[in-house]
Amino acid sequence: MAIVTPQPSGSQRPLMDLSGRRNRSISEQLARYVFTACATFTLLTTFGIVAILLFESFEFFRQVPVSDFLFGNEWTALFEGGSFGVLPLVRGTLIIAGISACVSIPFGLMAAIYLSEYAVERTRSIIKPILEILAGVPTIVYGFFALNFITPNLLQPILDVGVFNGLAAGIAVGIMTLPLVASLSEDALRAVPRSLREAAYAMGATRYETAIRVVVPAAISGIVASFILAISRAIGETMIVALAAGSRPSGMGAAGPWDPRDSMQTMTGFIAQAFSGDVSRGSVQFYSVFAVGLLLFFMTLIMNVISHWIARRFREEYD
Amino acid sequence: MAEHAESREYVAKNTSTITWNPRVQTRQVIGKVWQWVFFGSTALAIVLLGMLLWSIIQPGWNWLSWNLITDMPSRQPEKAGMNSAIWGSIWIVIGSAIFSFFVGLSTAIYIEEYAAKNGFTRFVQTNISNLAGVPSIVYGLLGLVFFVQWLNLGRSISAGALTMGLLILPVVVISSQEAIRAVPLGLRQASYGLGATKWQTIRSHVLPTAMPGILTGMILSMSRAIGETAPLIVVGASSLVLTRPDGPLSAYTAMPVQIFNWSARPQQEFEQLAAAAIIVLLIILLSMNTFAIILRQRLSKNRM
Repeated sequence: MAIVTPQPSGSQRPLMDLSGRRNRSISEQLARYVFTACATFTLLTTFGIVAILLFESFEFFRQVPVSDFLFGNEWTALFEGGSFGVLPLVRGTLIIAGISACVSIPFGLMAAIYLSEYAVERTRSIIKPILEILAGVPTIVYGFFALNFITPNLLQPILDVGVFNGLAAGIAVGIMTLPLVASLSEDALRAVPRSLREAAYAMGATRYETAIRVVVPAAISGIVASFILAISRAIGETMIVALAAGSRPSGMGAAGPWDPRDSMQTMTGFIAQAFSGDVSRGSVQFYSVFAVGLLLFFMTLIMNVISHWIARRFREEYD
Repeated sequence: MAEHAESREYVAKNTSTITWNPRVQTRQVIGKVWQWVFFGSTALAIVLLGMLLWSIIQPGWNWLSWNLITDMPSRQPEKAGMNSAIWGSIWIVIGSAIFSFFVGLSTAIYIEEYAAKNGFTRFVQTNISNLAGVPSIVYGLLGLVFFVQWLNLGRSISAGALTMGLLILPVVVISSQEAIRAVPLGLRQASYGLGATKWQTIRSHVLPTAMPGILTGMILSMSRAIGETAPLIVVGASSLVLTRPDGPLSAYTAMPVQIFNWSARPQQEFEQLAAAAIIVLLIILLSMNTFAIILRQRLSKNRM
C-alpha cells in the first residue's frame, strides 16, 4: 500500500500557461470549471465531516452536559440509563497508542537507520517490499493476528492476561504502524546529503557515530514527524482494537485502570461496537457515537497538523 | 587494556601533558554491536511477517475450498462460504474506484495544471493531506449521516461505495499529482508550440504520459478499499446476507466485514473459517499489488 507522505503544499513548478490563445471555447471553459469544482469538493468533504460531527454531537450535548462527557469517569453508554463519561475510552485509547508507540518507534527507527546507513542495495531490495507488504495488510488481519496468535501464543504463556486485553491490541497496532515509521524515517535519513557523512568520517567518526550523532540529528524533523503520524494512526485504528481489546471500558475490571493486561475499549472500538449491535436512530446512544467521533477527529487532526508543521518548520535545507 | 596500548602521550616542552586517546577499538566494537541491533530490528519485520502468515495459514489452510468461494454465509461453519461477501467487495471497490478516479484525477489536474500558486491552492493541498490522516471510522460517520440518512440511500451498496470512495480520495489525488508532476515540462511546451490549447495539451499529452503512474496509484488505493472494514460497519454492511448484490441499492456484505463477524465468534470452526477467508483476501490483494508493481516497472522502463 502506498504510504501517504506529507507533501510541501502547492505545485513546485512555476505556473506556465503557454497556450497563446485566450481560451474561450466551451470545452476549455468547461474543463476548467469541472476541475475547479472537484478541487472544491475535497474542501467540502472536510467541511462535511466537521459539520456533521458538530451537528449530531450538538443533539447529544443537549441531553448530556459537556463537562459530564469530558470529565466523567464512567462509560456505560450502551446500558439503559448508563453514564457518558468519556475518560475510560480516552484512557484505553492512550494506553493502546502508548504500547504501539513502544513497538513501532524504536524498531521502526532502528530499521530505518539500518536501511539508510548500513544496508547494501541487495538487502534493501528484499526488506523494502516486505515493509510494503506489512503496510498493505488490512487491519482486520492484524486484529485476527492479535486475537488468535499474540494473546494465546506470546502473552498467555508469560503473563496473566485474558482473551481480550489491551497489550495484544497495542502490540498489533505497533506492528501495523512500524512500516510507516520505518519508511518515513528512512526517507528523512536518506535526504541528508552525503557530504555531512563524509565530513564525519574525515573527522574519524565510526559508522555508528556518524549515523547517531550526525545523520539522525540532521533528519530529526522528519523522524519526529513520522513518530507523531504513527501515534495518530494508532489512535484512529479501529478493527484491531475492536477484535482484540474487548468491549469493556478500562478500569472496570479488578486490575487498576491503567493496567494494559486488562480488557479495554477505545474510542474507535466503542463506535464499532455501537454499530455492530443495533443502536436505534435518534437515541442518546446514537448521538453519543458522534460526540466520541468528534473528540477522535480533533485528537488525530491536531496530531497530524503538528506532524506536518514539525516536518516543514524544522526541516534543515541542504543545498 | 586495548585502550592503554593505543593511548599515546605527547609531552610538550614544558610539563603539561596532553593525552590523546581515540579508543578506536572500543568504538568499533560498540559500532559493530549496534549494527547487529539495527539489523535485528530490520529482520524483525521479516519475522513478524512470517508469524503473521503462519498464524493465518496454519488454521485456515484446511478450510480452503471452492465451496468457501461459491457458497453463501451460513450459521453452520461446514456449509458457510463467502460468495456474497466477495461480490459485495467487488461492487464496493469498483464503485469507489469510479467515483474517486474522476474526482481525484480532476482535483490533481486542477492543482498541478490550473491552480495559481496562491493561498487557496495551498489550502486545498493542506486539506488533502489532512483528509488522508482522518481515521477511517470517521468517514463511516460522514457516510452514515450524509449518504445513508440525508440522501436516503439506506444501508445500500451505493452508500458503502461512496463512503469508501471518499476515504480513498486523498490517496488517489496525491498519487495522481505525483504522476502528473513527473511529466516533463518540455512535452507541454512542445504541445503549446504547435498551437494546442491548455485542455488539448492535458488531454492528449499530459494524461497519456502520466496514465501508468495514475493507474498504479489507483490500484493501490483500490487494494486499500478492499481491506477497509470500519467504515462499512458504520454505514451498515450487514452480517448475514444470503444473496449476491443485484443492484446499487441492494443490501450487501464485504469480505473484511465477513472476516470480522467470523473472527468475533467464539467457536473455533469460525476462527478457522475466518483464517481461510483472510487467505482469499490476501491472495486478491497480492495479485492487485503485483499488477501495480508490473505497471510501475513498465513505466520506469518507458522513461529510459
